Amino acid sequence: MSGTAPPEPKISVRNLNFHYGKFHALKNISLDVAEREVTAFIGPSGCGKSTLLRVFNRMYALYPNQVATGEVLLDQQNILDRRQDLHHLRSRVGMVFQKPTPFPMSIYDNIAFGVRLHERLKKGAMDDRIEAALRQAALWDEVKDKLKQSGMSLSGGQQQRLCIARAIAVRPDVLLLDEPASALDPISTLKIEELIYELRQNYTIVIVTHNMQQAARVSDYTAFMYLGELVEFGDTNSIFTNPSQRQTEDYITGRYG
Amino acid sequence: MDLRYLRRRFTNVFNLGMAVATTVLGLFWLLWILYTTARFGYHNLNLALFTQDTPAPGAPGGLRNAFVGSLIMIGVAIAVGTPAGVLAGTYLAEFAGRRRIGEIVRFFNDILLSAPSIVVGLFVYSVVVSVTGNFSGLSGGLALAIVLLPVVVRTTDEMLRLVPSTMREAAMALGSPYWRVVVQITYRAARSGILTGVLLGVARISGETAPLLFTALNNQFWSTNLSKPMANVPVTIFQFALSPYQGWQHLAWAGALVATFAVLGLSIFSRFLIRQRNS
Amino acid sequence: MEKPPSPPRLTRLWDPLFKGTTAALAYMVLILLVAVCLALLHQGALAFRTFGWHFLVSKAWDPANNHFGALIPIYGTLVSSLIAIVIAVPVSLGIALFITELAPRWLRQPVSAAIELLAAIPSIIFGMWGLFTFAPWFSGYEPWISDHLGSIPGVGALFRGPPFGIGMLTAGIILAIMIIPFIASIMREVFLLTPPLLKESAYGVGATTWEVLRNVVLPYTRTAVAGGIFLGLGRALGETMAVTFVIGNAHSISASLLNPGYSIAAALANEFTEAFSPLYKSSLIALGFILFIITFIILVLAKLLLLRLERAQGEST
Repeated sequence: MSGTAPPEPKISVRNLNFHYGKFHALKNISLDVAEREVTAFIGPSGCGKSTLLRVFNRMYALYPNQVATGEVLLDQQNILDRRQDLHHLRSRVGMVFQKPTPFPMSIYDNIAFGVRLHERLKKGAMDDRIEAALRQAALWDEVKDKLKQSGMSLSGGQQQRLCIARAIAVRPDVLLLDEPASALDPISTLKIEELIYELRQNYTIVIVTHNMQQAARVSDYTAFMYLGELVEFGDTNSIFTNPSQRQTEDYITGRYG
Repeated sequence: MDLRYLRRRFTNVFNLGMAVATTVLGLFWLLWILYTTARFGYHNLNLALFTQDTPAPGAPGGLRNAFVGSLIMIGVAIAVGTPAGVLAGTYLAEFAGRRRIGEIVRFFNDILLSAPSIVVGLFVYSVVVSVTGNFSGLSGGLALAIVLLPVVVRTTDEMLRLVPSTMREAAMALGSPYWRVVVQITYRAARSGILTGVLLGVARISGETAPLLFTALNNQFWSTNLSKPMANVPVTIFQFALSPYQGWQHLAWAGALVATFAVLGLSIFSRFLIRQRNS
Repeated sequence: MEKPPSPPRLTRLWDPLFKGTTAALAYMVLILLVAVCLALLHQGALAFRTFGWHFLVSKAWDPANNHFGALIPIYGTLVSSLIAIVIAVPVSLGIALFITELAPRWLRQPVSAAIELLAAIPSIIFGMWGLFTFAPWFSGYEPWISDHLGSIPGVGALFRGPPFGIGMLTAGIILAIMIIPFIASIMREVFLLTPPLLKESAYGVGATTWEVLRNVVLPYTRTAVAGGIFLGLGRALGETMAVTFVIGNAHSISASLLNPGYSIAAALANEFTEAFSPLYKSSLIALGFILFIITFIILVLAKLLLLRLERAQGEST
């Protein structure tokens, strides 16, 4: 690996290896994720970028046969430690998925669900929290009059912003975005990208995307992965204009993937 | 055109014709049975059916105690069978997945689903009635619960497995414990499907006679005491229909009409729910 | 940002508790089946001990002298169910063929829903209809059956008998009507699983609809179709109320299907609450145990056959 080490790492990955059963999905990954910046993981499908993202909130722990070894330090604490409380970890590291995942309940309850897991708020405080989250997700104006309607009734782009609001409302430090715009139309995608740009002021953001232009537009740092290895990692500008590895250059110029 | 081709064509037309005929036959039976029930039952439908209890031979009366007893026992069956079935189905869908133990339980649950209901009645007789020493409404309700249970287990399992796993992951990603994901998210997502399954199950147990014969028995009088024999519609119909008294036979037909259309109504309603859900 | 402290240990108990409860109830399904088997065996033990293996082959049924044997009810159960299968299988095949291949699209849903409604009608209604409507009507045709089919050498004995209307054949016909929806709906489902490409290539070489069904669809789905038939058989064997009304409840074995007979379920429904001697009651429960074992074996066979197509489907997709 190469590239500059970002200042003030929020997350430090040290010699991370990941196995799905016998399959070696991540090979000796080490990288730092800078605080309040956007870091993008790119690479052809199957390269391990989503797997790496799912290590940061230990989503993989849902499934048997998935094992991560090495260290992932979040604020200097190893989250792979067996003693790590997963519910607490996930309140600090939020995640938004490829397809919108509104819960089968009202818009209001969708957001309140996550907050109620971790805090007991009075009605007024909860209302404020929900409004703040929806405003941050740039959805407030569209839904303020129909908070009691089902979250399923929104359009795809709105649903995805609802999911972002839901993640923000828990007040995490880190937001993980797993191809958040891949199921959306171009206009909704643009809105999500603008939103990511806003959110980086308050959150450390890690985004996985197969869309290289998107990575170039929204991220400060970019990691290129291939076949479970981290090929190149550095600030987005230099990765896209002056890659140091041949494989990276081949990928971003569209020669494979 | 050679002979061989003609023969093939004839075989085809003949067999397809038979297929149409068998379908008409199937529908014909349905209509015939419904017609018979409606014709014999309709003349005997009156308000007294619902306001008076089962009479002595030759006296006027109704089936009030039987209707109420049936409702009570169906209520017991729902109260016992639904939570048990939903939780067992939850284990299959949420925890066992495709693991061996899950497949084994699914397999034998389907066996229980098709097992003769009279055997269920005998079982409850052996473990409840013969121990407590008397027939009771409670044992009738339990027997119906055992008939209902596998229906609920199966639909819950199927409906929960239809909920996309991304929905569970999204809730887990917010830091939710798994039980909350299931209770607040996946149950909600599968709610109408599970409800439909329970309704179909209730439709089935509403017409069941065999499990009640040796458990609830029957009761000619008004009683809501669960520890005593309890009147119920199917067993009353059975006894009255085979009795030599005309008044009783008329009541049996009226009861049959009400029971059939209640069961068919419930069954059509739940199918309607399924179609609404799918569209 | 301030974070609430990680949750106290107590709340972590909920997850294992929830999982444990659901698991316990899932295991209960298995325990229930074992318990049914053991309870019936235990209550029927007196009869098995008293009569030994003779219970299974004895035609005796004499409550006054406390002498019991299971042969007649077992025979009646098996024969009435076999009649039902012989009638129900071709009819179900026709219905499934009609719904999957012949009916216009708008007619498919209503027809299959109507056929399935037949399965929702309570069995006691089949019994009443059978006794009061079907049997009197059918008895008018029994002399014809007796005269014409009864003279066929070999099988003729099956059809020579009195025109009572009720009897083994009537029970079998009504059982057939009751299990047709089950068999037809399984056939319909598995016919639809046949890969369209397979069918299209048969049509492509000029096969007729019937030839495609016979030479492509049926071979492809045969194990599941057999599974559906066994499932219907399992239902027929244990059916109680309808049979009790129309089988005639006569404790005899006769070559003629027009004669009244008896079945295990009918014996239980008629006699159980009147059986006051312990041996009488135990003999009836022993009958129930035999019924349970027979249906259990048939149903396991049905499920195994149905699973085979499911597995094959799972591998190909």
